[in-house]
Amino acid sequence: MIFLVPFASTGQDLDELLDAETSVGKIYESAAFKATRVINGHSVEQMKAKHLDFRISHRFGELNGGAYEFFGLDQATIHLSLEYGLKDWLMAGVGRSNLLKTYDGFVKLKLLRQTAGSNSVPVFLSYMGSTEIFTTKWTNLERDNLFSSRLTYVHQLLIARKFNDQLSLQLSPTLVHKNLTPTTRDDNDLYALGASGRYKISNRVAINAEYFYAFRSDDASVDYPNALSFGVDIETGGHVFQLMLTNSLAMREGGFIWGQDNHNWDDGGIHFGFNVSRVFSFDKKASSY
Amino acid sequence: MCVTKKLVLSIFVILFTTGLFGQEIYFTKTGTVIFDSSTPLETIHAENNQVTSFLKTTNGELNFAALMKSFKFKNALMEEHFNENFIESSKYPKAVFKGQILNWSAIDLSKEEAQEANVEGELTLHGVTKKISTKAVLYPQNGKIAGTCDFVVSAEDFEIKIPALVRDKIAKEVKVAVNVNYEPYNR
Repeated sequence: MIFLVPFASTGQDLDELLDAETSVGKIYESAAFKATRVINGHSVEQMKAKHLDFRISHRFGELNGGAYEFFGLDQATIHLSLEYGLKDWLMAGVGRSNLLKTYDGFVKLKLLRQTAGSNSVPVFLSYMGSTEIFTTKWTNLERDNLFSSRLTYVHQLLIARKFNDQLSLQLSPTLVHKNLTPTTRDDNDLYALGASGRYKISNRVAINAEYFYAFRSDDASVDYPNALSFGVDIETGGHVFQLMLTNSLAMREGGFIWGQDNHNWDDGGIHFGFNVSRVFSFDKKASSY
Repeated sequence: MCVTKKLVLSIFVILFTTGLFGQEIYFTKTGTVIFDSSTPLETIHAENNQVTSFLKTTNGELNFAALMKSFKFKNALMEEHFNENFIESSKYPKAVFKGQILNWSAIDLSKEEAQEANVEGELTLHGVTKKISTKAVLYPQNGKIAGTCDFVVSAEDFEIKIPALVRDKIAKEVKVAVNVNYEPYNR
């Protein structure tokens, strides 16, 4: 009779069988952030394969411009970009800003995906590499002005963890190299560490914060403020609206991490701005959304 | 004497139950569930090909489990929003149906022809359990049992909130189609 018990239970309880056979297995975490940018900097999110992201970003003037400047809204620095998912793990984008008439291009590769369950991977890991080319006319005509002097290169690792549905945190170690620095006191290479996070306050609204600390050598003696930004993401189906307050005017790493156009939070050197992301799917039979 | 008797009985029971096993429980791990909540404005269509289901042929009891993250959309963004905003799949990772074929005595598995089955049971989705009653078709063939079924559920019944902004784009009534091909379960 002892033998009967286990056989009877496995043989008869259909619900136990269902639980046993519905293995959840490896679950890939997704959507650590709402968009491919936290605020100014990249997040670990990618455009999925065959999806195009059209991004329109504005940063207005400084809030301390007062009523005369309509608190900065009289001026706008703009950035437009088209960013495409070649694979689910590979995206590339091109963009243009009116700040120093800069063109930029980047690639982002997803190297690791955070998983839950057995043999879990604790973090998302991505690499982002970009090049920026400013195209304003040379003002100093007395030196040799080479095309290569216009170039900035950025290498960045993005390490993020989605702690729960609400909270995700990210670290972004970065190297920015400028062939020609804004002043002779800058070094050509700048190492920086970004820390950013998001907290979802509802299914469609999240608040974000982002800070990039630049490791400058003591003899560099330039005193650019580090980039500090706070933002809100509002997602409405195919659009994500990102509204932010930031001390950076530039919208690409060679600008806001380097910091030559950053202002001070202390004395109201704060810019209101927004990114609008509109995603189009070019997947066959996929609807517009 | 008494011990030997029990042993003999046990062996008999083991042989009996294991012998019957293959025939009394049927299952699939590759069942399909398709849902569609399209409107003229938007095609919303997703498919899950990894649905687990069991059918007990002694009494017509059956159940289904579908992982929400296994629903695949053509539009990646839609899939992300389905998981993140609508179905909340990290909180409610699977949908489960537990039910019964009411007219089981009328179904003859030895006949290789389509037979109508009245299915009734409880569907748990998004943390809410509702009674579902629908007609299905069973088709026994070559030792397997194929089954299909369509029904409609309301997003509101399962407390799936559709924000005002996209209300016109998403149908309130969601059409669900189920397709399984049961095989004998031997374990």
